[in-house]
Amino acid sequence: MLAFPIMGKALDRADISGLASDTTMERLRAIDKIAAIGDPDALRLLEALQNSEVMVTDAGQIVLENEEWDVIDAITLEVLDPQPDMYDTVIVNNRMRSQLDSAIGVLQLLSEDRETRLTSATSLQDNLMPTLLPILNKALAKETDQEIIRILKESQSVILLDATDSQQRLDAVKYLMSSSERRVREILAAKLEKNESGRYLEESVEVRVAIESAVAAIDRKLTLIDYFGRLFSGLSLGSILLLAAMGLAITYGLLGVINLAHGEMLMIGAYATYVTQQLFVNHLPHYLDLYVIAAIPMAFFCSAVIGVMLERTVIRWLYGRPLETLLATWGISLFLIQLVRQIFGAQNVEVSNPTWLSGGIEIWNVVMPFNRIAIIVFAILVLTGIWLVISQTRLGLFIRSVTQNRSMASCVGVNTAKVDMLAFGLGSGIAGLAGVALSQVGNVGPDLGQAYIIDSFMVVVLGGVGQLAGTVYAALGLGAFSKLIEPGVGAVLTKIIILVFIIAVIQKRPQGLFALKGRFVED
Amino acid sequence: MHYQPKFEPLFSKLGWAGLIAFAFVALVVVPYLYLMAPDGSSLHISSYTVTLIGKIMCYCIVAVAMNLIWGYAGILSLGQGLFFALGGYSFGMYLMRQIGREGQYQSDLPDFMVFLDWKEYPLHWLGTDSFLWAIVLVVLVPGILAFVFGYFAFRSRIKGVYFSIITQALTFAFMLLFFRNETGFGGNNGFTDFKRILGYSITAPSMRAALFALSAFFLLFVLVLSRILIKSKFGRILTAVRDSESRLMFCGYDPIRYKLFIWTLSAVICGIAGALYVPQVGIINPSEMSPANSIEIAVWVAVGGRGTILGPIIGAAAVNGAKSFFTQAFPEYWLFFLGLLFIFVTLCLPFGIVGLMSKLKRKFMKTKTER
Repeated sequence: MLAFPIMGKALDRADISGLASDTTMERLRAIDKIAAIGDPDALRLLEALQNSEVMVTDAGQIVLENEEWDVIDAITLEVLDPQPDMYDTVIVNNRMRSQLDSAIGVLQLLSEDRETRLTSATSLQDNLMPTLLPILNKALAKETDQEIIRILKESQSVILLDATDSQQRLDAVKYLMSSSERRVREILAAKLEKNESGRYLEESVEVRVAIESAVAAIDRKLTLIDYFGRLFSGLSLGSILLLAAMGLAITYGLLGVINLAHGEMLMIGAYATYVTQQLFVNHLPHYLDLYVIAAIPMAFFCSAVIGVMLERTVIRWLYGRPLETLLATWGISLFLIQLVRQIFGAQNVEVSNPTWLSGGIEIWNVVMPFNRIAIIVFAILVLTGIWLVISQTRLGLFIRSVTQNRSMASCVGVNTAKVDMLAFGLGSGIAGLAGVALSQVGNVGPDLGQAYIIDSFMVVVLGGVGQLAGTVYAALGLGAFSKLIEPGVGAVLTKIIILVFIIAVIQKRPQGLFALKGRFVED
Repeated sequence: MHYQPKFEPLFSKLGWAGLIAFAFVALVVVPYLYLMAPDGSSLHISSYTVTLIGKIMCYCIVAVAMNLIWGYAGILSLGQGLFFALGGYSFGMYLMRQIGREGQYQSDLPDFMVFLDWKEYPLHWLGTDSFLWAIVLVVLVPGILAFVFGYFAFRSRIKGVYFSIITQALTFAFMLLFFRNETGFGGNNGFTDFKRILGYSITAPSMRAALFALSAFFLLFVLVLSRILIKSKFGRILTAVRDSESRLMFCGYDPIRYKLFIWTLSAVICGIAGALYVPQVGIINPSEMSPANSIEIAVWVAVGGRGTILGPIIGAAAVNGAKSFFTQAFPEYWLFFLGLLFIFVTLCLPFGIVGLMSKLKRKFMKTKTER
């Protein structure tokens, strides 16, 4: 094992002369000695050794070559005069190589480059041992970067948990209390165990009490982080549900018909994204990263046109017969699924994230993928867009009026048939936008829509129709709720609990949580 | 003063003749020919045909049950497939117990439990080795679920598409539940490899004939029962629920109990149909619960003509006949056909085949009288 009694002195000839030795043992010992110097010069030399750039002359002098191929002294870096005639590369065998790697890994704590120091500090965390303490101390004394200081101090404290002085152990525990890593929690909890003879591994009662409170503190933080992660995935699911359900809420609110082919509008949007991607691959490979942007209007247009066609050919004839509409739209959905299967094949097609949507950022140990964040932003944009259309435009005014009172709107001259058609197109187009979003996070296949249709209906049923706000609250609420309970009870039970919950809510509010207030008469 | 309905016979003379003829053919002729006619003779009926027709008769029973609630009470349930499958699973548990030690692993437990390393039957399998308890379960499980669900749904006046969607979600949730291995229903694969019922081999021709005759008998029974219900005052109230629930309420009726009764009855009939179906096809798995199946049931009724006596039977037989034909001849076009059928029937045939026939008949009669 490596030992690092840091000597506080510079490299000297005696330390490195062992490299010239014939025996591996001698050379290994020399590496240890160099590493023990623990300064940038030592690091430089070891790295040169790793790259097989260190040589030994006939006279046993350890030398390097500079850029002009002159032989220079390994310590003073002065050009040798006279240049030696014969020199050999110092042989580095596998055993030396592994020792070199770990020695360099540790010495990189002292590197000039921040990234190198960070990598070194992070990798040391997995393999802490008391012998590392001196170099940690030395690195800490020099370190200025806060993040690296935190990692180093944590490593130092973990090592000090085994210190003989109980005060040092206590200080270490106190420092570790501020950690939020599961690894640290496990290390601390292990100290509370008893060994075979029934004695605590940690002898001091005071330290044990401190450890217990530290473990509890870390647990609290971990739970918080866990909930934060769940909240994020809940928000992400909620945005997807929102995108999927918004179009449905418009068509259902306006026409009173449930469009079971709505899921297939999502699917068409996703396939439109796929087609756009293929067009970019074939014709504009340089701008491939922008295909998602181009896919947004494309998907909206495709789904909207198909939606308008359906409204004109089928759904228009079924107004006032909602149950039959249910069956007819289901037939449409079967037809569209089979059509897509025939065109694109039954297998999933490959839609890849553009580079600017791959990867993610890490906040509080929770990885947030960029595509999920983008969907949340996208949902907000779409929501704003719909809100503007509904509240600011003439079409929106007509849609609201027909939703509230169809016959009265018709009496004052609103062309309800045209409004129905346009609103159906709008709803389908929004579904197409949702399809673009879905294509970035999941598989794109003919059955894509089926997976979301029931969930989106649950959102509409819970939120009520007639107000966008109801859909928003219901989608985000259902998303967050299901992700919060899912880790505890499993995905299936979550669905059942949500169903029971919705039925319970409907007991109190049959029109949904956020239905329009007013006096209605049925039939 | 009481409303005295005009006395109407349950079925017309032609109807009775048809019923008796069907009973004779299904209960006597087919089993006789299947069991007695020698293999090569032109009168012989193959096992395949008997099983196929038996299966379709089970579907017809479901269609009649669907017609009771959708055709007469106007409640479109998208959960009938769930009750059908629950009945099938209830009886399937008994069938699994009857396999005994003849499974792959020669264990007292069904193969899938051995596979999961379970040591004993889970609690809900209690008593399923008894045939009588299995029959009780077939009735109770769909019945209680429908009653409880219906009570809460109808009480809060969930109706129309809302009710359809909620029942669909219920079906979906149950399908997910039955797909899980932990629930103890064989997960993905469900129950299969049945060996015998009451000690008799399940593949023996006499057993097939018996199941066939039993399905036919139950179909007749359900048909007559639904006719009696519909002809009664109860049936008239159901029709009123369908046509205008609010007015019925203003007249002082409480529609909830009528809806709840017919909905629970329909679920129980579906459950029994499922129990008859499973031994004939030899398998039950969670895909029977998929929402698509339940919607298909609605289409059978729509194709035949809802709110008519014969409609659901004609519809179920026609659609399933077409399905058998298509899935063999052009498997990739079946979904196209089914999808178009959904659209065509709702757009062009609001009263289904039966409605079309009576329309044609009226036209025919009219031209005859004009001459």
